[in-house]
Amino acid sequence: MNATAENIQTETRTPLVEMRDISIAFGGIKAVDHASVSLYPGEVVGLLGHNGAGKSTLIKILSGAYPRDGGSIMINGEEANINNPRDAKSYGIETIYQTLALADNVDAAANLFLGRELLTPWGTLDDAAMEAAARKVMGRLNPNFRRFKEPVKALSGGQRQSVAIARAILFNARILIMDEPTAALGPQETAQVGELIKELKKDGIGIFLISHDIHDVFDLADRVTVMKNGQVVGSARTTDVTKDEVLGMIILGKCPPGAVPGPGAARL
Amino acid sequence: MNQISQTSAGPGLVEEGAVRRFLRATEIDTRMLGMFGALILIWMGFQIYGIVYNGNGAFLTYRNLWNLSVQTSSIAVMATGMVLIIVTRHIDLSVGSVLGITAMLMGVFQVWVLPQYLGLGHPMIWVLTVLFGLAVGTLIGAFHGVLIAYLQIPSFIVTLGGLLVWRGAAWWVARGETISPVDANFALIGGGPYGSIGYWGTWFVALLGCVAVVLMLASGRRQRARFGFPLRPVWAEVFLAAISAALIVGAAFIANEYFWPVGIVKQYAAANNITIPEGGLNISHGFAIPVLIAAFVCIAMTFLATRTRFGRYVFAIGGNPEAAELAGINTKRMTMLIFALMGFLVGISATISSARLNSATNALGQFDELYVIAATVIGGTSLAGGMGTIYGAMLGAVVMQSLQSGMVLVGFDSAVQQMVVGGVLVVAVWLDTIYQRRVK
Repeated sequence: MNATAENIQTETRTPLVEMRDISIAFGGIKAVDHASVSLYPGEVVGLLGHNGAGKSTLIKILSGAYPRDGGSIMINGEEANINNPRDAKSYGIETIYQTLALADNVDAAANLFLGRELLTPWGTLDDAAMEAAARKVMGRLNPNFRRFKEPVKALSGGQRQSVAIARAILFNARILIMDEPTAALGPQETAQVGELIKELKKDGIGIFLISHDIHDVFDLADRVTVMKNGQVVGSARTTDVTKDEVLGMIILGKCPPGAVPGPGAARL
Repeated sequence: MNQISQTSAGPGLVEEGAVRRFLRATEIDTRMLGMFGALILIWMGFQIYGIVYNGNGAFLTYRNLWNLSVQTSSIAVMATGMVLIIVTRHIDLSVGSVLGITAMLMGVFQVWVLPQYLGLGHPMIWVLTVLFGLAVGTLIGAFHGVLIAYLQIPSFIVTLGGLLVWRGAAWWVARGETISPVDANFALIGGGPYGSIGYWGTWFVALLGCVAVVLMLASGRRQRARFGFPLRPVWAEVFLAAISAALIVGAAFIANEYFWPVGIVKQYAAANNITIPEGGLNISHGFAIPVLIAAFVCIAMTFLATRTRFGRYVFAIGGNPEAAELAGINTKRMTMLIFALMGFLVGISATISSARLNSATNALGQFDELYVIAATVIGGTSLAGGMGTIYGAMLGAVVMQSLQSGMVLVGFDSAVQQMVVGGVLVVAVWLDTIYQRRVK
């Protein structure tokens, strides 16, 4: 009874993001097959699944990197028209890609503001202002960061990752997509990212967290959605399921009683 | 602002030699220093070779240096555009042929078409011709860009096709006929005694240049001080200003020390009722107009590449095209615009080349693509994309042209010339890869 009551309660709120029946195929292979996920303000949703389960692809549709073949995306209950990364950004969707997607040959500030440069009144690049803003945001994320003048190619993996994260939070995102945000980070920096996620949650930002590390996800996420072979196995609150049950969802596609099954759930 | 007065390198680099400290304080690019060194070696080499084997060092003369500057202009202008093309991981093999067709069309336009409507020698002919040429170049470049960006045909193929197509078209415009002479005003763009700005004009431009350098250094410093960033030491700023001013003044001096040939002076004196005094009349050439055009293009392109969004996107695309796209940059449109800009610059070079030759021929600009690409690459633009500077390409153009005209001057066979230029290109890129590895 409790579970149903809660479901009704959540459904009365308007989700920040609702992706419905999303499909995309690459050369006949259905990378994402009628997948639906939702995200509420101030919520962290972990997207889990094997390599090739379709979680990164699904999220790239939301960030505008891939055009979808079918389905719809609702932002704040209204149909959103996302055809490229510019569209996504205009809806306040920021993404930290697994590959980081940094331009290696320019410095941190240029990367932070790539596509949204600060300009002087004469229409030229205001590099000094951008560097100042970069110093501020990097100071919050990675206080030891000093290498503002060097191309990001010269930075360590962790420093590069903090540049990518800084870029996502710099522009007051409402929806944040983090694809393996801690993959290149040491334990201390990973903890810092965890703190950051909690802070952003408090500001009412919705976060999709994609990770292969189930422990990370359980620590940070409010809900998990598991994908397998391009389909959603099921979604569950992290309080309603155990790690073993989620592992079962990932590996076997077996939906436990505490989860809402999706189209990809194994018929038992 | 004092707490960040230390530069970003960190404590590991405190113990370093005087040379390194000097380079770091002045932020001089060591690669550029190397290129300057190579240039001086080449110049000295030809001079000494000339003295030893020909009995006179013809290279380091006012006359030759002035000629060198004019000869470099056309290639240098195109090299600045090639930097952006190569930085974005493309190539343009068609610039020589596009120069040919553009020059031919301009020739036909100003010699066959315009005089019919305006009358021969009308003062607007050169203006309309130049605008027409720039438009033709830009359109051809934009057309290449559309094929490359939107139809996704590799730039190598599109411009290789263009190399043949436009060269053929250049012949076809006038069935191979040479169009000459061009409009008298138009011809001034190519340089020559009348196409130069003279003694006082040259000193005025030099003064302007010096003032601009000082203002630029000052505004850069003010800008950094505003946000409390580390500043260069004052002595380094003064040194940079002094060295730049010395180069500008030196160039002005050389240009002014090259006097008009006696024949032209006589002609000029007769036309203006001047009696030539005992011992001859020395009239300075001063900076040639094509050189000023090239210098202006260099400044404008440097500005575009380093101070504008457009330039920032060019480099971002070169560093990681996918990241640029994900950051919301319209990479297709950018590619199209970059090729259109290249076409525009080819239009400028076509103007300079045909004006200098005082005619348009269908062979104009042949092999220019190779010199332009060589100048760009020698100037430090990486074929892997993402790296390159405008001033480097300009210097590269001077290096290439010095080799070329130096060998002509000391009397090398054209066969040997080709072999040397080819060899130098390969060696220069090899040295650059070594440099790159060591920097990493």
